Amino acid sequence: MKPAEAIDDIADAPPEPRSALVRAFAVFNANKTSWVGVIVFGAIVAMAALAPLISPYDPIEQDIIARLQPPSAEHWFGTDMFGRDVLSRVIWGSQISLIVSIASIAVALLVGGTIGLVSGYIGGRTDLLIMQAMDVLLSFPSLIMGLIVVAMLGPDLINLIIAIALTAVAPFARIARAPTIVLKERAFVEAGRALGFSHIRIVLVHILPNLLAEVLVMGSLWMATAVRVEASLSFIGLGVRPPTPTWGGMINEGFENILDAPWLSIYPGLAILILVFALNMLGDGLRDATDPKLRGE
Amino acid sequence: MASGNATETVLSVKGLSKTFVTKRGFPNPVTVTVRAVDDVSFAVRAGEAFGLVGESGCGKSTTGRALLRLIEPDRGAVTYRGQDVLAASGAELRALRRKLQIVFQDPYASLNPRRGIGETLAEPMRVHKMGDRAQIAERVKSLLAEVGLPPSAADKYPHEFSGGQRQRIGIARALSVDPELIVADEPVSALDVSIQAQVLLLLRDLQARRGLSYVFVAHDLGVVRFFCQSVAVMYLGRIVESGPVEEVFNQPAHPYTTVLRQASPVPDPRAKSIAVRIEGEVPSAANPPQGCHFHPRCPNAMPVCKTVYPAWTQLTPTRGVACHLHTPAGS
Repeated sequence: MKPAEAIDDIADAPPEPRSALVRAFAVFNANKTSWVGVIVFGAIVAMAALAPLISPYDPIEQDIIARLQPPSAEHWFGTDMFGRDVLSRVIWGSQISLIVSIASIAVALLVGGTIGLVSGYIGGRTDLLIMQAMDVLLSFPSLIMGLIVVAMLGPDLINLIIAIALTAVAPFARIARAPTIVLKERAFVEAGRALGFSHIRIVLVHILPNLLAEVLVMGSLWMATAVRVEASLSFIGLGVRPPTPTWGGMINEGFENILDAPWLSIYPGLAILILVFALNMLGDGLRDATDPKLRGE
Repeated sequence: MASGNATETVLSVKGLSKTFVTKRGFPNPVTVTVRAVDDVSFAVRAGEAFGLVGESGCGKSTTGRALLRLIEPDRGAVTYRGQDVLAASGAELRALRRKLQIVFQDPYASLNPRRGIGETLAEPMRVHKMGDRAQIAERVKSLLAEVGLPPSAADKYPHEFSGGQRQRIGIARALSVDPELIVADEPVSALDVSIQAQVLLLLRDLQARRGLSYVFVAHDLGVVRFFCQSVAVMYLGRIVESGPVEEVFNQPAHPYTTVLRQASPVPDPRAKSIAVRIEGEVPSAANPPQGCHFHPRCPNAMPVCKTVYPAWTQLTPTRGVACHLHTPAGS
């Protein structure tokens, strides 16, 4: 078998020598706030993981004699009305915030992403019906939706995760559906059909990897929302039950003494603020990095 | 050009039609019906390159896709070596998919950007169980060599290649399942002229070496004249003239073919261009003119052309035309 004509596509040099990943990193790296997000989020994850080692006191053990002490060298963030160390409770509270937000977004991403992918690929009337159902879900504000679900199922960790996941299913379905509709018309998908590939193979091997980045980026941005909703639900008493420390719950507990002991609510409030900011900065950086219109210089 | 019986018909298309229906407008939607492919019939012989030409929107690409069932046609019959393509399903259809392949116009959209070239070429062979891992790896190398790419290409990704190289990869992917007929949908129109020639020569080389037949969809008459042995000219979803390339382009029977040929530049500075002016735009396929679709733009239009679509007239065993100028009775 003689090889075909020798190739000299010199006039036809490759247009884009850099790989997508290298370009994405350059964009991410160009904006330093992205790195602030990475570092702060990393620090909070480390804090949650190392809570038993780094927290100075037991977060649950009460010490009534030392109640409502202002911040001091002994108790950096002061103590609450049961004499529990606020710093230790903030450190331990990060666990609940992270577990709930990561787990609920993972569930929402999996369920919503699958719905969007399948709906967009099938198209037609089925797609229309599924997406209208998603619009109904979307019309509930996150907090109201969480409220309804937790009120129905009862407040505990798993129900909290289900409630928050449910509020984020519709957005993920939409985010996964849009690129699916574009990708299924692309010639490489048509080539797969011409080659006799199954629909499952086309969806999983040829469509999914091309929209995964977009969906994952959205996940990091929605995690910030999940943190907020978790804190809000805990604040109104529909979160994880006391005495387990949660940031939202701590703000609530500190509320009745807000004038005498403002540190009870301020420190967990700051913790929520910092985590949400970090996630948003990280998510913005990732979103820009996967935006094909931006090129890192 | 091909070995074996050159007059044997491999692909026969009869009365193929595809209508797209859309509803537009609110609150009173209007149903718009576009007859993209309207009663199209042709036959492709073994080892032949059969051209489908026409302006954009004339339904030539839809025809190519419908006969592969990438778009399900509404009516008609497609027979490949005696097998009914449109009725095939399951294992039968999978077997047909191996025999009939497609090469796409846009080399940038035709490759999955996140898959390595080696994977892209090996996947069809794995799906069709065409050998073990080592055999498939070996076949990937030989496919790359066959389309003129180095073996190292297997480890690279689409973005590392130029348009012409990507088109070679697209061709290699089509070849991976050892097809007998390839629908080439404007395979060179997205490429630079210098690259076009290389890719056309590769396709012609494969035609000779593998005995491939092509359905070659194009709008460039020069390319069709160079590449094809037979041609069908399409206008608004219908074939208006067909026959051997030399005959059709040298002595066009249909006024549209004449106009099309004169609109195509001749690479000779001394050649005087006798511009036959073509009047007006291509009418909307959603609302084609009564009678012969071409009559509003036709220099030879007669009264009958406005009311009756001309019947297909066979001029010679290989040539036919749909034009009242050639209708025997004249009417």
